[in-house]
Amino acid sequence: MKIKSADLWFKKAAAILALSAAALVILLVCSMAYYALPAIRKFGLHFLHTSTWDPVKEIFGALPFIYGTVISSALALLMALPVSLGIAVYLAELAPCCLREPLSFLIELLAAIPSVVYGLWGIFFLAPFLRETVQPFLFRYFGFLPLFQGEFYGVGMLSAAIILSIMIIPTISSISREVFLTVPSAQREAALALGATRWETIRLAVLGYARSGVLGAVILGLGRALGETMAVTMVIGNRPEISGSLFAPAYTMASVIANEFSEATTDLYLSALIEIGFILFFVTLIINIAARALIWRVSAKIKAK
Amino acid sequence: MKRKILGLTAGILMLSLLCGTAWAKKILLINGAGATFPYPLYSKWFYEYTKVDPTVNFNYQSIGSGGGQRQILAKTVDFGASDGPMSDEQLQKAPGVLFHIPMTAGAVVVTYNLPQASEKLKFSPDVLADIFLGKIKSWNDPRISLDNRGVYLPNENIIVVHRSDGSGTTSIFTDYLSSVSAAWKAKVGKGTSVNWPVGLGGKGNEGVAGLVKQTQGSIGYVELAYADNNKLAYADIKNSSGNFITPSLESTSAAVGGKLNSMPDDFRVSLVNPDGADAYPIAGLTWILAYKNQDDSQKGEKLVEFLLWAISEGQSYSSDLLYAPLPESMVRKIEEKINQIVY
Repeated sequence: MKIKSADLWFKKAAAILALSAAALVILLVCSMAYYALPAIRKFGLHFLHTSTWDPVKEIFGALPFIYGTVISSALALLMALPVSLGIAVYLAELAPCCLREPLSFLIELLAAIPSVVYGLWGIFFLAPFLRETVQPFLFRYFGFLPLFQGEFYGVGMLSAAIILSIMIIPTISSISREVFLTVPSAQREAALALGATRWETIRLAVLGYARSGVLGAVILGLGRALGETMAVTMVIGNRPEISGSLFAPAYTMASVIANEFSEATTDLYLSALIEIGFILFFVTLIINIAARALIWRVSAKIKAK
Repeated sequence: MKRKILGLTAGILMLSLLCGTAWAKKILLINGAGATFPYPLYSKWFYEYTKVDPTVNFNYQSIGSGGGQRQILAKTVDFGASDGPMSDEQLQKAPGVLFHIPMTAGAVVVTYNLPQASEKLKFSPDVLADIFLGKIKSWNDPRISLDNRGVYLPNENIIVVHRSDGSGTTSIFTDYLSSVSAAWKAKVGKGTSVNWPVGLGGKGNEGVAGLVKQTQGSIGYVELAYADNNKLAYADIKNSSGNFITPSLESTSAAVGGKLNSMPDDFRVSLVNPDGADAYPIAGLTWILAYKNQDDSQKGEKLVEFLLWAISEGQSYSSDLLYAPLPESMVRKIEEKINQIVY
């Protein structure tokens, strides 16, 4: 009898804890909406599609920040995904046993470095290197593309995307590695028995089987990229402008909040910054829902097969 | 067993509570929050002041001027601190009469990275404004050479660097540009963050200094103290008397002196572009914000004592930390103001 009631209590306690997490999210959304209300009332939908950010005249438009956040994260993912998959495949399938553990430890260590350290490294090493070596090279050979035109500042969209990609590589690669390790050996053996080469085995049996898990890893990486503040602020150039060139400075939603929140003296200014936080929350939510939907479709397909 | 532990814990709790209240009675805690710029000086003051009056302890959080203003308006702190004066509109929202008490002055310097320049650069106000407006784009522009005769200036693009985070430094600098350039005033204006026409944003003094140090052909602005500590090159600026002035503590104090005659009673004054042949034109005051009528008489008394100490003896700690001491005549005026606080 006593045990039964203990079980009941445990169940209730666990349920309360779980519900409190949900309540916290709802509370967060409500309070953000409440504090953002003055800006929402004043600017309405203009806030989402205008590009002027003028705290002096109190004209606020968030488009450059939304653009900067989405594009820098997307670029980072584009760069990080192949590298991370390469790392994960090597560590899970190809590396000699004595290398596996130390290498994966080192890569996970990358995830433990504080983002301000990445930022400092970005300012003092990456930005000068980009300005003096990479950007002139890209301009010389690919300068006909609008992507690689303009002044070489070093800091800008390109350096932010590179820093972000380095920061999300450990997340994506270590989770992908774990996922690859869960692929049953029977899968690989079956492919090999059919005469598949090593590459074909990995591509068909391992990557195919692990697709939904890898997508999950990508979402976690993307989440980190979207919300990253410090490192990006230090290397992105902090200019609220939309430019087609990767060399140009840009700005992200998280950065503008971190930069301007402490000195935002007027109510409307503060409210506009909170509205940006609100939008960031929704952008993250939408991307997560989209990715979740993708996973469901992919795993449904695998099951259907 | 369980009961014993419970009893023991309760006992310890009671004891610590008793001790806590006894201790709190002895040392009075005064809370403040606000500007980051004067924080090194304030924390030095608070430390030194424990030797003057061991019965009071100051807890100051450098959360930024905006936060300081909001917290004093909400009365969640005993005093606020700000690098920029509060507007009339904001003061109307205050639940009481709020005093601006100037504590010290600081200067903002124009730093640049132009290794080819053989000598220290000089700038006229209009040239500086047009550089930051993006109208003057190249270092060999004739208007720059006019101020720098005999200095080699390369045909290189000027890269403007500014603060990306809201700051009192930006407020002083844009206040200066607004006061010397009608075009700047109309297009950009002054504030802790503005809509910069050109340039890159660096986070904090260190962010701007880092970008300037590494980008040849760049120009930016940082606090004098920061530039001195980090051995950055900085320019002489032409003041309202037509002299090119090197930024220093003396020329900053001279800027305060230059505004003395036109100082309003509430001290909400900008120091930029002052009179005076030796005054450096890009300077600003930083204030402590306190209510005229203090709710807590004990705290009010201690706060007034501290403020009086800070603007007299406290000023001797300024120079070491590269803040400009306030001139004697100004200190007298501020003392009068502090003595109006009722507790």
